[in-house]
Amino acid sequence: MSPLALRRFWRNPRGIAAAVLFGAAAAVTGIGYAVEIKSVPAASAPRPIQADTARSLAAFAKVASVLRNPRCINCHTATDFPRQGNDGHPHIMNVRRGDDNHGSVGMRCSTCHQDFNQANGVPGAPKWSVAPLTMRWEGLNDHDLAEALKDPARNGHRSLEEMAEHMAHDELVGWGWHPGGTRDAIPVSRDEFVRAVHEWIDTGAASPPAR
Amino acid sequence: MTSLHINGQDHTVDISPDTPLLWALRDHLGLTGTKFGCGMALCGACTVHIDGEAVRSCSIPISVLGGKKITTIEGLAELAKRDLHPVQQAWIEKDVVQCGYCHSGQIMSAAALLAKIPKPTDDDIDRAMAGNICRCGTYERIRAAVTRAAELTAQA
Repeated sequence: MSPLALRRFWRNPRGIAAAVLFGAAAAVTGIGYAVEIKSVPAASAPRPIQADTARSLAAFAKVASVLRNPRCINCHTATDFPRQGNDGHPHIMNVRRGDDNHGSVGMRCSTCHQDFNQANGVPGAPKWSVAPLTMRWEGLNDHDLAEALKDPARNGHRSLEEMAEHMAHDELVGWGWHPGGTRDAIPVSRDEFVRAVHEWIDTGAASPPAR
Repeated sequence: MTSLHINGQDHTVDISPDTPLLWALRDHLGLTGTKFGCGMALCGACTVHIDGEAVRSCSIPISVLGGKKITTIEGLAELAKRDLHPVQQAWIEKDVVQCGYCHSGQIMSAAALLAKIPKPTDDDIDRAMAGNICRCGTYERIRAAVTRAAELTAQA
């Protein structure tokens, strides 16, 4: 059973009930497959929740470091405008989010940005735009950022698996690793980032403590 | 060979497909009304319309313009089917121009705004025009002319 399927099983109350009943039946009948609560040595007992949480939080720390990189958070703003540069200054020339996250009437994102980075330094990627305000990451602490990633209302209406897929394959997301010009690429490789996303999800998608 | 549809006419240019539109217009088609200011989408002097949207012609290669309708300052009046586009008329009425270099881009941005928002607020004007830089500082007259152009458009 895949890690994702296993996670779904354990989150289903019926799955848990079935496991308990099966375990009890196995204990009574002597079937060795299922866990016998009284006699299984500690070494082969189910992994304690704390261990998963620790791994989950460690994985999330790496995920968060990417999401807070300027190449990502400059467009996942909480403001009426995108940001630029490693210092996150407001996009020059009064560029605004607009009603549809694609710029103002008369000065759209596509007025200057195309589907690819240009030789004159203007960055570009398919579907270049600001992330909607519902997907803002700016100003969120670790707890709130994790919660936002898990909330379909705040992650573009995605399941966790779909969110992982988005991180792994979306072209605009991928721009962060090929920003062109003199912009610094995200220092964590995309492969490493996606592995961390999956690790976080597969270990329970833990949220750091709220402060 | 790349075909471009500009101001209602088809043109063919035999230049590298990654040539920005601005260079195709000025150097190969003789349409010099669109100006080079920075070449980096930072000043707006090169603004044209592509399918009705304002675009910096210095920052879009001709390779992606197949099937697109391109309008330059030379074709703006034709777009309005008048001798002068209301924006051009307003620009004259309000005596907007000083050195003139930025104004083809200013006018194209203003026309794109009014096509979508016929009665723009000051905030709409700020947001649409903020990417067009005027070294002579004619911004107050630009704003007045955009407002006047909206009136002229409503009267038409």
